[in-house]
Amino acid sequence: MQRIIKKEQLSELVYRYRVEAPRIAKMRKAGQFVIVRATTEGERIPLTIANANADEGWIEIIFQVAGKSTTILSILVEGDNIIDLAGPLGRPTHIENFGKCLCIGGGVGAAPLYPIVSALAAAGNEITTILAARTANLILLEKEMGALAKRLIVSTDDGSKGVQGFAVDSVKKLLAAGKNFDFSVIIGPAMMMKVTSAATVAAGIKTMVSLNPIMIDGTGMCGGCRVTVGKETKFACVDGPEFDAAKIDWDEMMRRLNGYRAFERTAVEKHNCIVTGRPA
Amino acid sequence: MTPTPQTPSRAGRTPMKEQDPKVRAGNFDEVPLGYSADEAAAEAKRCLRCKKPLCMEGCPVSVKIPEFVGLVADGKFSEAALKIKETNSLPAICGRVCPQETQCEMKCILGKKGSPVAIGNLERFAADWEMARGSFAMPPLKPRNGKKVGVVGSGPAGLTTAGELVKEGFDVTIFEAFHEAGGVLVYGIPEFRLPKEIVKKEISYLEKLGVKLERNFIVGRTATVDGLLSEEGFSAIFIGAGAGLPAFLHIPGENSVGVYSANEYLTRSNLMKAYKEGADTPIIRGRHVITVGGGNVAMDAARTALRLGAETSSIVYRRTEAEMPARAAEIHHAKQEGILFNLLTNPVEVLADDKGFVTGMRCLRMELGAPDESGRRRPVAVKGSEFDMHCDVVIVAIGNSPNPLIRETTPDIAVTRHGTIAASEADGRTSKKSVYAGGDIVTGAATVIQAMGAGRNAAKSIVEDIAK
Repeated sequence: MQRIIKKEQLSELVYRYRVEAPRIAKMRKAGQFVIVRATTEGERIPLTIANANADEGWIEIIFQVAGKSTTILSILVEGDNIIDLAGPLGRPTHIENFGKCLCIGGGVGAAPLYPIVSALAAAGNEITTILAARTANLILLEKEMGALAKRLIVSTDDGSKGVQGFAVDSVKKLLAAGKNFDFSVIIGPAMMMKVTSAATVAAGIKTMVSLNPIMIDGTGMCGGCRVTVGKETKFACVDGPEFDAAKIDWDEMMRRLNGYRAFERTAVEKHNCIVTGRPA
Repeated sequence: MTPTPQTPSRAGRTPMKEQDPKVRAGNFDEVPLGYSADEAAAEAKRCLRCKKPLCMEGCPVSVKIPEFVGLVADGKFSEAALKIKETNSLPAICGRVCPQETQCEMKCILGKKGSPVAIGNLERFAADWEMARGSFAMPPLKPRNGKKVGVVGSGPAGLTTAGELVKEGFDVTIFEAFHEAGGVLVYGIPEFRLPKEIVKKEISYLEKLGVKLERNFIVGRTATVDGLLSEEGFSAIFIGAGAGLPAFLHIPGENSVGVYSANEYLTRSNLMKAYKEGADTPIIRGRHVITVGGGNVAMDAARTALRLGAETSSIVYRRTEAEMPARAAEIHHAKQEGILFNLLTNPVEVLADDKGFVTGMRCLRMELGAPDESGRRRPVAVKGSEFDMHCDVVIVAIGNSPNPLIRETTPDIAVTRHGTIAASEADGRTSKKSVYAGGDIVTGAATVIQAMGAGRNAAKSIVEDIAK
């Protein structure tokens, strides 16, 4: 049982929890994740560690309400316990001084991106960050990211904040303006990672992405999170979650992500029914 | 003929009543229903009380079989349970999932001419009797010696080691990666073969003896073996982390939606309770389910699929029934329930629609050739025999490879070329001082009782090495 010491709502559907977890805070490195369960019957959901403080013994998780499990998680308040929190899991990000780094966060993907950008900045890299989202109130961690970056670009699909367009449009503009990069890391929705990494890879930039497939145990036991990387089957939980974007079979990965859509819809409808007392 | 307590029959074994196959294929309740007190006593009276009991030699944890069977025959059921618990901390589990037919019962003299004493059934009966009483008698506990031992994994190996060491006076902590303790006993073996309530009770018994349990604790990640030894005051670590990563077939289409490893399928159903209506964790309830493999895990998966509502649940196995590693009783139960067996059949491709959902499996017919290194005849494809089977869920149950987490974070521990931890089965010692290992992480996938035997042997070594 892990106590929530601070709860913030970052946007309509996005929350940041600071949770007591001294062991995880001490052991975690950038790029790693935890498995969270909010109720005794709940699903095990993987969430990237967004921040941590080993001295004070806490970690932060940021999540977007997307289904029943995240809805239940979002109802908890400060002082409540998260009944199950296990980690840190996955391989840490490989950090070195690459030179110029292009870091791109799509929507809530900014959360897992933040500790990686922190580590890259600490290693002496020059950081350019693009924060992209559908609309203005889904842009996360603008201030925190701004403090780490030499250049910060905000873009929204609807133009309600920053430049109008997708993340990939900003990438193309940077490249067209003659900017070059030695390394890129992209985290966001699968489609966003696919099209954005296509642009960076085409420009010859070594690009890593952090995948968030469906997982059960997070320790390699079930193989539910398998993805094809360079024609080999890899488990995102133990071999990843970060992989070379150029080698991922994106279409297969997205088909697997959509495998439980129908179940998720039914679960949310049933849950809303219970919460609101009205049929969905 | 059912023998009565007055006229014990040496030849006729007392059958255990079972749920009707047609009924049980639609529920998750346990299949065998257990002995009544009369049935148990009658069966126990068949025992010849051999002077040199061969049955005990067949038991990896040396249960005092003739003594406990004698106590059952005398109607002293709780005493019988305690007698088993002298060497086996988990009798209600062993009575259900041990392959007695290849161990104790295979050695029973009665088996030479008729059928052996139903030792497993009697073990189960005695353990259940004791459990039903609700009051656990405490075995003798040695005075606390103040030494801390960490146990990695709460499966059969870890639970056994913990149980033995707590009785010896150690301060024992089990580290479990999942949110629930029990390892394969809770995520792998289905409810209808091993009710989870039983596992819970066996574990709470260990907790009553003083064993501590840390759930959500992944050794290698949450803390390392070296960290536990050097910074947290543990005198010894036992690694019983289990079989680990599921093997796949590496055929086209295997990552389609609806292809599960048996680990994932069973974990969703058993641990995450996806079999219950309204569970948060989903599982694809296929109409036509194919399970690839011939072991106990394959039988568990195929029988689970049937209970989840499949119209057909089929086993696909590339050799014949004779080569199947599953227990005869499991194959028998599966057949009774209507599982279809497609033998000498080898999958070559999983077929899927344009959204990536499974629609079928392409297979080849096989025939048996010369024996391979396992001693079993090698299956060889029949030319031009390709055919398609219709299905919407495929479960791959062809074994596991060891989880790399511990070896990767414990660089100075010796591993075999298969990636298992190198440890002596006789004493559980590894190449690393103060570190012991046993169960599937050492042997590769094996049985519950073998893992328990390894746990017991490692506990003995820890007592020898550390207690002084």
